[in-house]
Amino acid sequence: MRLGLILSEVGQGIRRNLSMVIAVVLVTFISLSFVGAAILLQMQIGQMKGYWYDRAQVAVYLCTEYVDSANCGQTEATAEQKAFVEQQLKTAPLASLISKYAFEDHEQAYEKYLEQFGETGESSFVTADFLPETFWVNLNNPEQSDALVERLSGLPGVEEVLDQREYLQPIFDALNVASYTAIGVAVLMLIAAVLLIATTIRLSAFSRRRELGIMRLVGASNRFIQTPFVLEGVVASLIGSILAGAAIVSLVHFFVQGYLNAVPGTTPYVGLTDALIVVPILLVVGVGLAAMSAAIAIRRYLRV
Amino acid sequence: MIRFDQVTKLYPGNTRPALNSVSLEILPGEFVFLVGASGSGKSSFLRLVLREEHPTRGQIHVLGQHLGKLSSRKVPYFRRNLGVVFQDFRLLPQKTVFDNVAFSLQVIGKSKGFIQEAVPDVLKMVGLAGKASRLPHELSGGEQQRVAIARAIVNKPSILLADEPTGNLDPSTSAGIMTLLERISAGGTTVIMATHDAGIVDQMKRRVIELISGQVVRDERQGGYLTQAVPVQRESDLYDAGTDIEAEVKR
Repeated sequence: MRLGLILSEVGQGIRRNLSMVIAVVLVTFISLSFVGAAILLQMQIGQMKGYWYDRAQVAVYLCTEYVDSANCGQTEATAEQKAFVEQQLKTAPLASLISKYAFEDHEQAYEKYLEQFGETGESSFVTADFLPETFWVNLNNPEQSDALVERLSGLPGVEEVLDQREYLQPIFDALNVASYTAIGVAVLMLIAAVLLIATTIRLSAFSRRRELGIMRLVGASNRFIQTPFVLEGVVASLIGSILAGAAIVSLVHFFVQGYLNAVPGTTPYVGLTDALIVVPILLVVGVGLAAMSAAIAIRRYLRV
Repeated sequence: MIRFDQVTKLYPGNTRPALNSVSLEILPGEFVFLVGASGSGKSSFLRLVLREEHPTRGQIHVLGQHLGKLSSRKVPYFRRNLGVVFQDFRLLPQKTVFDNVAFSLQVIGKSKGFIQEAVPDVLKMVGLAGKASRLPHELSGGEQQRVAIARAIVNKPSILLADEPTGNLDPSTSAGIMTLLERISAGGTTVIMATHDAGIVDQMKRRVIELISGQVVRDERQGGYLTQAVPVQRESDLYDAGTDIEAEVKR
């Protein structure tokens, strides 16, 4: 009985206020789409970090006779120097950080080079002794590369110690900026959505002020008076949230999976499972904000 | 039933109180007329009883409740024991007579069965048995006020507050409304009626409380609209009453 009455009040309110309700739906739709996109971008960053950091190695390049730096002075790293570097990798304190390392000599480096770039015109100028011998080091925790760089950089016969993660950083920075931008836009839109919901509810309450007056007079409880208005805001923003969820899922399905994944490459992209995690977050945010702003907006009409 | 102890009500921005140290008691089942000029404090009195306003000073007890200590959350439940009727009826124009009365029961969570039984009963009591499906604008003023009274008493309140219920009605229609209120009072309901209608007060011979500038100047059983002994009025009182009317109009 009461539930039916409340729901019919909600329906009446929405019908009476249709244009405002549509505005609320659209604004929550767009703002939550941005929220969802930002969350997906963060997920994407996390996933790429996990993927690439596992594969990222620290390269300890040894001197060749073509390198003119303080450590090398145009002489090939000697066998003792190599042995000393390897000694460092095998003993404390570095050994505990390293999961494995491998030595790559000139020939192996040249093969890898040919594999990557093929026998083009330029590659004929490159000979094996151009390419430095290298210790490829895998770390237990990729974050701890600093210790290795510090320890090995100055050693005689070492040209350079390079953490491959440095190549990835600009990509992550760009993705981070994109996701912060999306969050910024989303916050502005959400503020607009909250204000719009509050205004809609005030309008709705104003158009029903006779009923409200009588309800208060005959002793309808505050919750009873409040609920239809809160539900009105919640329904409108729930529709917007569902649309935003659908937008996010189809973005992942059609753009990420259908378009980006069609380009051959090893980069992993967010999938539908990630999108399905985002959808309930959007619903909760949308409904929660709407309920809150509607409840605050209607409070003025409940003062006794 | 209703007790005012030294109640003073000041509205913000107005130095003269709407009610000034009013103390009185109204007993169960009494029929009380509240008379006085506009701005004398009649409406403030009713609003205080309904707890639409808080007294600035003093204490009010209604139905055994100390209104100052009643939490806002409990106010709606307190109001279910009070019925209110206004000069302007305050019906919902798009609802039928039946639905107008039923609405006040629906919103306090009464069952459908209860409503189906209680509403026709009360409509019969106020003399609108055959007009349940009419809309308010199809009724005369007197009939509309009967609907409003039906709405006020359908939940069987202990107290009925009426703020100039006959103010918009012609004398013969008013007489019908008074007969109805008398019948409600005879059923044990305490009725407090603010009015300007001298004829009604004189004819009914009930308790009369007269307010001037927020002070009780007369409280007599079986009184008339005009007091027999003319109250002393200083010029300053009259002047104050004048400013208060302006304030009332602004509100």
